Amino acid sequence: MAAFIQLFVSGLATGAIYALVAVGFMLLWQTSQTINFAQGEFVMIPAFFVLWAIRFLGIDFWPAVGIGVIVSLIILGFLFKRMIVDPMIKHGVLPMVISTIALSIFLKEMVKDFYSSQAQPFPGLIPSSDLNFFGAVISTQNIFILIIASLTVVALNFLLNGTRLGRAMQATAQNPTVARILGIPVERMILYTFLINAALVALASFLISPIYLAKFTNGDVLGLAAFIAAIVGGFNQVRGAIVGGLVLGVTENLAAAYISAQYRGAIPLILLIVVILWRPHGLMGRAEERTV
Amino acid sequence: MIDFLTSRGFKIFFALFIAALLITAPFYLRNFGLYLIAMWLVISVAALGLNLTLGYAGQVSMAQGAFVGIGAYVTGLMTLAGVPWPVAFLCSGLLCFVIGWVLGYPALRVQHHYLAFVTLAFSTLVFLLMRNEEWLTKGIYGLTDVPRPILFGWNTGKAFDFYFFVLGVVTLLSLGVWWIIRSPWGRAFVALRENPVRALSLGVDTRRYTLMAFAMGSAIGGFAGALYAPLVQFFEPNSFALPLSLNLLLMVIVGGGGTFFGPFIGAATAVLLPEWLRIAQGYYLIIYAIVVMVLMLFCPTGIMGLGDRFISHFRQKRISAERAEKAKDMSQQEGK
Amino acid sequence: MMQPVLEVTDVSKRFGGVTAVDGVSFKVYEGEILGIIGPNGSGKSTLFNCVLGQLNPTQGSIKVDGHDVTGARPCDLNRLGVSRTFQLLQVFPELSVRDNLILAGQEHEGTMLDRLLGPRDAGLTASANQMIEFFRLSHVADEKAGGLSYGQQKLLDAAMAFMAGPRLVLLDEPAGGVNLTMLGHLRDRLKAINTEQNATFVVIEHNMEFVMALCNRIIVLAEGKIIAEGTPDEIRSNPEVIEAYLGH
Repeated sequence: MAAFIQLFVSGLATGAIYALVAVGFMLLWQTSQTINFAQGEFVMIPAFFVLWAIRFLGIDFWPAVGIGVIVSLIILGFLFKRMIVDPMIKHGVLPMVISTIALSIFLKEMVKDFYSSQAQPFPGLIPSSDLNFFGAVISTQNIFILIIASLTVVALNFLLNGTRLGRAMQATAQNPTVARILGIPVERMILYTFLINAALVALASFLISPIYLAKFTNGDVLGLAAFIAAIVGGFNQVRGAIVGGLVLGVTENLAAAYISAQYRGAIPLILLIVVILWRPHGLMGRAEERTV
Repeated sequence: MIDFLTSRGFKIFFALFIAALLITAPFYLRNFGLYLIAMWLVISVAALGLNLTLGYAGQVSMAQGAFVGIGAYVTGLMTLAGVPWPVAFLCSGLLCFVIGWVLGYPALRVQHHYLAFVTLAFSTLVFLLMRNEEWLTKGIYGLTDVPRPILFGWNTGKAFDFYFFVLGVVTLLSLGVWWIIRSPWGRAFVALRENPVRALSLGVDTRRYTLMAFAMGSAIGGFAGALYAPLVQFFEPNSFALPLSLNLLLMVIVGGGGTFFGPFIGAATAVLLPEWLRIAQGYYLIIYAIVVMVLMLFCPTGIMGLGDRFISHFRQKRISAERAEKAKDMSQQEGK
Repeated sequence: MMQPVLEVTDVSKRFGGVTAVDGVSFKVYEGEILGIIGPNGSGKSTLFNCVLGQLNPTQGSIKVDGHDVTGARPCDLNRLGVSRTFQLLQVFPELSVRDNLILAGQEHEGTMLDRLLGPRDAGLTASANQMIEFFRLSHVADEKAGGLSYGQQKLLDAAMAFMAGPRLVLLDEPAGGVNLTMLGHLRDRLKAINTEQNATFVVIEHNMEFVMALCNRIIVLAEGKIIAEGTPDEIRSNPEVIEAYLGH
């Protein structure tokens, strides 16, 4: 039982990070039909912005984190939208997919060639220690991740549902034409979702890098996890992406321990295929009748 | 000039020129050069297959690399066990055909990004199987010393012989693909891509064509794998992980999806160019990624599309020049 | 009494709680041009989609030449000789005009293997050229359909429906968005095919003038039910029809 709780909690913690990444992924899809194949690299790279600032600017960790956030917002939010998504959007989905795949190669190779191809230690945001909880050993890192992720989700939910701005963003996502008629500055709303995504991936990066170390290949797994979480949860709901992320983190962990460590990665993929075929609109999404 | 470039005669001349280059390559290239060109040909075949599925029939597949892997493992294991290469080659294609057919079923239910993710998941599952089922695939150690075929007493073991062997098989496969896309199937595939509802109302059995597009494309990927195995002679699961599938996708679109020569050009940018651009070594992928993004921005139809645009630009220019000339003549005549 | 080409018996289609088509029955005989009219939302398009296999009717049956085709797939219906045009333009923009037409005919006979191994044009170049001639598209025969003018695409769209020598053609708003000259041309072509080949038509149309000039018999739908049936003249003077169009 203790082992189970341990696995469950660490699964939840990983799942919470997946959820943050998946929410961002899904927001981009909703507001601008962007399937971001570089989302995994987007999570990989903010940690390197921080490391880069520490190494080359010689500043302390926390100011470097600040710089990391700002650089992420500029590059992964603003520039990504302006230089890649905006000009590409008229060409349709496939060229955009190709572009973001190219972008993911670009980001990976930049880190590999200009920083390091080795895994880099990344300082934890809080000191790490273990808590004993009815015999189960739970690290403070995991608790911290859960708290931060929950707070983020609550804040995001408040932003989207409790404020005028959020409702304007939702209207934009649902029907940009109508939103435009209602006088909502659609372009700016879309930009906000890109900035939110940038903030979410930066946060995820700072939470996950202390555990798995910062490495240029980290994005491969994280990107896939974000897709799976978003699809399993239903491609069109924040709630769905969160549930999807948590389900994924926990299943992965439990499957690794109780079914097969080697096929740890396979369980989520099978989950993905089953969900797509059985409920294409996700566990939380609503099915729509197809019209001609 | 442009007329000459697009004329039938020039096209045939150009094709013969490339053929001559390929046939005479062994007489001026060292073994590594030959290996590289053979690799380009093999990867082109894999891209040709994906082009059938994606470029013509419009079904997004992120699993072509997995089919190359399945083909390579089938051929590798069978030839290591002493089965003649042609038999292994056919088995590779057949197995990939069947698996591709099954993988097509999700495409009947879901489209676009969902389909992309299903195939992506499949590709990763195949990789895990290759890595973990050590009893069959030797896991991360991979297959070593895959023999090169001996056909009717012709031993293709040496680089020189093997090169011609690859060239021959790739030519046959390319002709096969050429036949498919020029047959009514090619037309039905394009119809499926452009407007499945309309195609269905015209009697096109979109279910079967969708499955067939997957099965055919995958089988050709399997054939590519059957050539890949004796070419490299040593391989392990990582060669066929997701990046290969994504790269093949890039090659098809960069070269020009839905055109016959697009995959060859796309494969050249991924296999040949990095070797030729030695100055850029190390940074090649960065440059490549930037070029792809810029290309998608200005010409999402790829390099073939870029060529078309170039040609029609000059045609347009000439036509408007002719028009201006005519208008001038007319006005002069009127003036008289 | 001869067998009807199309026999629709008591067809209903419900979406959740909404009944879009409510117990509609009618027959179409060989050589007829039947018009179906009705105000917006009267269920015309839903009825059409049920007949064509694009939607499954909730109840009722559909027969073509006596074969029960209820719930059959559009491609199977096409092979039984039922073809259609769409309300919105639907040609294949990347194929040439000729290839559009060959495609429209190539799936009609033989197996998939025949089509793979047989001739490239499935032996249809001659009949495609005839169709091109008939619809006066010769000057653009080798151009990509996407580059044609709207009216030309509309003609091509109609021509594709006739490629396989169909028994029954269903036209969904053929006159929509077509200018007057082109409209007259289109009507002439349809009439000509009707008389020359004894082809049978069912037409959904908004343009009353076009329907009245083209059809022998008209059915009026309102709120999913047939409220009137008769010759163009009878329909024109039917008070219930006027009520249905103006009453709201």
